[in-house]
Amino acid sequence: MRRLLAALLVAALVPGLALASASRWPVSETQLDNGMTVIVREDHRAPVVVSQVWYAVGSSYEHRGITGVSHVLEHMMFKGTDAHGPGEFSRIISRNGGEENAFTSRDYTAYFERLAADRLDLALALEADRMANLALADEHFASEREVVIEERRQRVADNPASRMHERFNAVAHLGSPYAQPIIGWQPDLEAMTLDDLQAWYERYYSPNNATLVVAGDVEPEAVFDLARKHFGDMKARELPEAPGGTGMVEPGARRIDVADSRARVPRVVMGYDVPSAATADSLEDAYALMMASAVLDGGDGARLSQDLVRDQAVAARAGASYRAIARLGTQFTLQAAPQPGVSVDDLESALREQIERLRSEPVDDATLERARNQMLADHLFQMDSVFYQAMEIGQLETTGIGWEIIKDYESGLEAVTAADVQRVAQQYFTEQRLTVGRLQPESDKESAE
Amino acid sequence: MMRLGRSMLAAAVLLLTTATAMAEAPLIQRWQTDAGATVVFVPTSALPIVDVRLTFDAGSARDGEQPGLARLTNNLLLEGTAERSAGEIARSFEQRGARVSTSSGRDTGTLSLRALTKDGILDEVIKDVADVLANPAFPEDAVTRVKRQMEVSLREDQQSARTLANKAFARALYGDHPYAAPPGGTRSSVSSLDRASASEFYARYYNRSNLTLAIVGDVSRERAERMADRLTSALPDGKPAADLPPVPSHDEAQTVRVPFDGEQTVILMGQGGVNRSHDDYYPLYVANHVLGGGGLVSLLTDTMRNERGLSYSTFSTMRPMARGGQFVIGSKVRNDALDEALSVMRGIVGDFHDQGPEADQLADAKGNIIGSFPLDIDSNNDLIGYIGMIGFHGLGTDYLQRLPERISDVSRDGAAQAFREHIAPERFITVLVGPEDVIGAD
Repeated sequence: MRRLLAALLVAALVPGLALASASRWPVSETQLDNGMTVIVREDHRAPVVVSQVWYAVGSSYEHRGITGVSHVLEHMMFKGTDAHGPGEFSRIISRNGGEENAFTSRDYTAYFERLAADRLDLALALEADRMANLALADEHFASEREVVIEERRQRVADNPASRMHERFNAVAHLGSPYAQPIIGWQPDLEAMTLDDLQAWYERYYSPNNATLVVAGDVEPEAVFDLARKHFGDMKARELPEAPGGTGMVEPGARRIDVADSRARVPRVVMGYDVPSAATADSLEDAYALMMASAVLDGGDGARLSQDLVRDQAVAARAGASYRAIARLGTQFTLQAAPQPGVSVDDLESALREQIERLRSEPVDDATLERARNQMLADHLFQMDSVFYQAMEIGQLETTGIGWEIIKDYESGLEAVTAADVQRVAQQYFTEQRLTVGRLQPESDKESAE
Repeated sequence: MMRLGRSMLAAAVLLLTTATAMAEAPLIQRWQTDAGATVVFVPTSALPIVDVRLTFDAGSARDGEQPGLARLTNNLLLEGTAERSAGEIARSFEQRGARVSTSSGRDTGTLSLRALTKDGILDEVIKDVADVLANPAFPEDAVTRVKRQMEVSLREDQQSARTLANKAFARALYGDHPYAAPPGGTRSSVSSLDRASASEFYARYYNRSNLTLAIVGDVSRERAERMADRLTSALPDGKPAADLPPVPSHDEAQTVRVPFDGEQTVILMGQGGVNRSHDDYYPLYVANHVLGGGGLVSLLTDTMRNERGLSYSTFSTMRPMARGGQFVIGSKVRNDALDEALSVMRGIVGDFHDQGPEADQLADAKGNIIGSFPLDIDSNNDLIGYIGMIGFHGLGTDYLQRLPERISDVSRDGAAQAFREHIAPERFITVLVGPEDVIGAD
């Protein structure tokens, strides 16, 4: 009875969702003569706008010696131009009722402003100014490098889970630039010079390496006009080839055991080398991997919570993740922390059983439909955030996947069958593609609180 | 050149603040259900989704002698009824694409729902939530497991200098007040919690008179009323929680040192504060925005980060509570820079206390707060957070409309005076979490 009801609900659910998110707010795109891409996502719910300038450069473009340079340059982008002094950018946006910040990742560096919709002109004027006229000065660099080193201490050095994660990535992304931490290795940060930043800026901060994404209560043609006005006169520059992957298909089984005297909670991470939406031979593989991740971790009713946390009581919590939006080959990961008294060996075995189950038996219909429904609903829920909508477009553009894939997201998920999930599990979840990382407190120090 | 730019932009702000922000804030609808629960509601129509937040006056301030009890009870709400297991409940939500979660803090225990409004889906989800919320079975195995999960969280807290600092600050600030203990409890207190205590806590606090229900989304008033009736009518009748005792005042400066093996030392300084019902809340809010609440441009961040490169994050914040609140200044600095950081932070706060904000600082802060207000309410997710808070604290249904005006009314003297009156740097509690040889001894 319950099964039948469920099947009926799904039939009703899916078409409604597709209508809701694909066609509700249009996306418009143009390219300026200098090669800069401009994409507008209309969302007229509130009189606000999000403006994001995305540069196709991040830590995966770096090499040993200058790791972290993309992120340090991001910080320096707030230190002024010929026309605006250090911090002036932030003060102008703030005074105008806006918020601004920036973020750096493996494949991109992005700068954003959130403002009342009638202030877009101001944001674009300021962004265009620092795209062309950044004034890199030694005095500001010296203190800002200290800020970044403090950021590294805060995010990585004093956080056992992050320390572990940084090492896991270095091993799991064998030979790939994704093995480098986004924030950079400490010695590289300490050795970085203003010349490194200047070179990076001149190499990558050009209009033909940038994508402007504007989302909110705006008209596309008006945004295109503003983009031409502020960015149109800049010259395109020749861009270097972006560093690629290693070409290794099955690099070999890897393992890293980290003993950490400052950790209190053990942790197991298992990562499989898998393609991203950019590198997959067929997008079907990417969609099937997304579905596999939701079967394991789509919610508290999914397998990891049901089996590992509740039934077997080996994990305090457990999760799976797969980010298909990446320029290079990526990882499908499972992570878990054991319940007190459970060994990391037993936890690793339990995680491996879950992988084996995906490989050996097709996912039942009810589980597959539940995972799909939750993913479709989540995608619609995310449309509540104007910022997220711009973010999704920017990520897809800078990883070379292209924003148009959003239009096919729902049909792509709908097409995934149980056989597809089993097939990608068998193909990608193999020992030769696996890295196991384990974090163990060196001694289980107890304290009162 | 720069000066001209600044003043022209400042003029534009004034236009912006009056034209945009005030016109857009939605009016909050408020009513009582037949069962006696308070409902606050804002209809929105662009997306076929709805957010529901049930807020009970059931936070850790109600723990009594058993720290962690409110958290345990809240964590057990979705862990099973007599009829259905935790997994069956979770899967019935996932099948319909609904997200349901619980959370708890010092003041509140909440259950949040986000669902599609489609016919045949939402009604079923609401029916499910009502059933789960009204009939938790607190199964023994779930109690055991959730306690273990809380124990793991407490161990993780030991890995975070910031968390240790916040706990130490609350202990020092609140003394014997119920706010003193951490919502997650302590290792020893959590180990002694059991099914009976959770069940009793539930019976006392998870009733319909102790509940504020907030709804935001693509539903009509009539449908919202039906949802509210359905969600509240199954809940037990009961009494609202008693008023919390007043927060004790803190008369003497105090330094609390917590040893932690890290490359940085965490600094927290502060004292008690006021909540949103207090007349001085808004002048203080604007003053704090100038001092350290306004992000990169605030005085503390500008000096600590931009000028001196001492820290990646330095802030000041007001944390309003049901009773009073907290005023906290914080930073993380490399260990050998602790003395410099403390002296810089104390210097900035001291000067600000004596002189208040400058005229242009105040104008800029007001421009930012008022101008960015539309950004704070531009999604259902933002709105549910706001109106849930407004409903729980009994603030006016015109709160969102009046907020820009309240900020606009703050004068330079008003901000300076409120800060001088409420904030006493010479009596601050200072918490240092770092290596023993760095933070020193008592």
